[in-house]
Amino acid sequence: MNRLPNEPVRAGGPYVVELREVTRTYGGVRALRGVDLLVEQGELVAVAGPSGSGKSTMLHLIGTLDRPTTGTVRIAGHDVPGLSDRELSALRARHLGFVFQQFHLAPGVAALDNVADGLLYTGVPPRARREKAAAALERVGLGHRLGHRPHQLSGGEQQRVAVARAVAGDPPLLLADEPTGNLDSEAGTEVLAVLRDLHASGTTILVITHDAEIAAWCPRQVRVRDGRIAGDDGPGTGRRAPGAVPATAKGASR
Amino acid sequence: MTGETTGGTTGGRLVPARLGPSDVLRTGVAGLRTRPARVILSALGIAIGIATMIAVLGVSASSREELLRRLDRLGTNLLTVSPGHTLFGEQAKLPEEALRMVRRIGPVRTASATGVVGTTIRRTDRIPEAVTGGIAVQAATSGLLATLEGRVTAGAWLNAATETRPAVVLGAKAAERLGVTRTGVRVWMGERWFTVVGILGPMPLAPEIERSALVGFPAAADYLGFDGHPTTIYERSTEESVEAVRAVLPRTVNPENPEEVTVSRPSDALAARAAAASAFTGLLLGLGAVALLVGGVGVANTMVISVLERRREIGLRRSLGATRGQVRLQFLTESLLLSALGGLAGTVLGGLATTAYALARGWPPVVPPWAFAGAAGAALVIGTIAGLYPAMRAARLPPTAALSAT
Repeated sequence: MNRLPNEPVRAGGPYVVELREVTRTYGGVRALRGVDLLVEQGELVAVAGPSGSGKSTMLHLIGTLDRPTTGTVRIAGHDVPGLSDRELSALRARHLGFVFQQFHLAPGVAALDNVADGLLYTGVPPRARREKAAAALERVGLGHRLGHRPHQLSGGEQQRVAVARAVAGDPPLLLADEPTGNLDSEAGTEVLAVLRDLHASGTTILVITHDAEIAAWCPRQVRVRDGRIAGDDGPGTGRRAPGAVPATAKGASR
Repeated sequence: MTGETTGGTTGGRLVPARLGPSDVLRTGVAGLRTRPARVILSALGIAIGIATMIAVLGVSASSREELLRRLDRLGTNLLTVSPGHTLFGEQAKLPEEALRMVRRIGPVRTASATGVVGTTIRRTDRIPEAVTGGIAVQAATSGLLATLEGRVTAGAWLNAATETRPAVVLGAKAAERLGVTRTGVRVWMGERWFTVVGILGPMPLAPEIERSALVGFPAAADYLGFDGHPTTIYERSTEESVEAVRAVLPRTVNPENPEEVTVSRPSDALAARAAAASAFTGLLLGLGAVALLVGGVGVANTMVISVLERRREIGLRRSLGATRGQVRLQFLTESLLLSALGGLAGTVLGGLATTAYALARGWPPVVPPWAFAGAAGAALVIGTIAGLYPAMRAARLPPTAALSAT
């Protein structure tokens, strides 16, 4: 969890995410109006804000799915505006993992294959993909459900499969977009517990949420409002262990 | 991950991983597996087009094969000699001794002649003279049946005795038109009764004989006023010497006016028929092409809808690191698989249809190999064209589609 001791610190710093004076305008709408955000390795950060605050735009930019209108976006040290679409694809394949609110699992396809297919574009050979997928499912506590199809799994389990898919390739950064938004509180607790464990083992995680409770659970909170950062606990604070998993759920913890 | 990625350096080059062929195939199949009904229906369009084309080509190839086999059985060594026209445009005549001359040519194995007699044949004397039924009365030498390798279906062929008597042998069609089914009946020829002594079977190489009533040369001269000039000489030689014989025939038959002699090879007409694709085949082939085109439009339509429905999947793949090219390839593969599936089904259907039709007609079922190659090629071309536009659309979708769609 410490700064990697042997890693030389170069220009741009050791940040996994580096946004500097980022703006993003859609047509005439200014979704982001000058955002600075630095995330170090191993942090668990909540980006919280009401809908329309610009947090989704931030997710798009950090996920390299979109480019800033002005400003600097560096992900894992790569300068996003300077990269071609192909290079961005390679960046996403190797450095980023996504967890979506709607899971986005392929229907009728076993959990193991859903996770293994997440590694399709990483250049890992098929057999190794399945091995990594099995290991990732083990990590999220679904080692006994490898052959289950999405419709045979509960919502929480489906989202855990999606988390396994996102982390199977060991990306330096995991982006979770409202990961509990489609789940009841018990299933949500299940997923947060998985995120907590991943964080404990050193994965950098960014959770985008409008849920104040989940935001409060994260050791570092970044509040977004009207396209600006309204509050930030500061780089590095996200390394602390998170609090107890929010227990609106009836005492469910793993 | 490697140090290059986590150390915060900008030095490492980012190169997307290549998908192996089996992975490309898997992504293509994945899209089809979830919508089996739609896959079957849109592949059906291609299948119908391909099946039509295969069946049309197969049926015409089968009928051609049948003709060629018949030709093989009949032999191609038969030549006919007939009078042409004189320099002044009049109908020429073959000399009376022409048949003897032909028989003297070395490689000639057998030769016979027929001569048109200027009279008619009628069932009875009550039928008006104008009603000929299209039947020609001809004098025939006794060797004709052997030369044509024909046979009689009833009675007997002319022999040394009957060729001098008022006896007649009817060709198959002539007998049918006269309503004669057995020998021994009498028919009215010229100004007297002749007795039917034989009825001939089919003569594929000499259809004119099928429509003739044949009497012996002596009888024709005695009873019907025949002038003795042959009008057609039939000749068979060894297969190898057909061309050589053909070259010398005119001069042999009519040394004074060889240009007034026409030599032909009846099997050529059959061969030409075998070689010629009928206009009907062309029309049906065009119909098949239209069906194929409609099938292609169906596939394109299915693919466009598929792309619209799968915005989120496309966005997900982009977020997982798929390049635009890889997304394009995925949808192109899907479209190709779809039309290949249709092509395969169509080939099987077309082959079955050809076999069924050919067997029903008693033909050998044949589908030319190039038709299969053409079907495969057509399916691939259609699949590519149909998939190109939807694939481009899929590739152009912004990667944020996965997150924005609800």
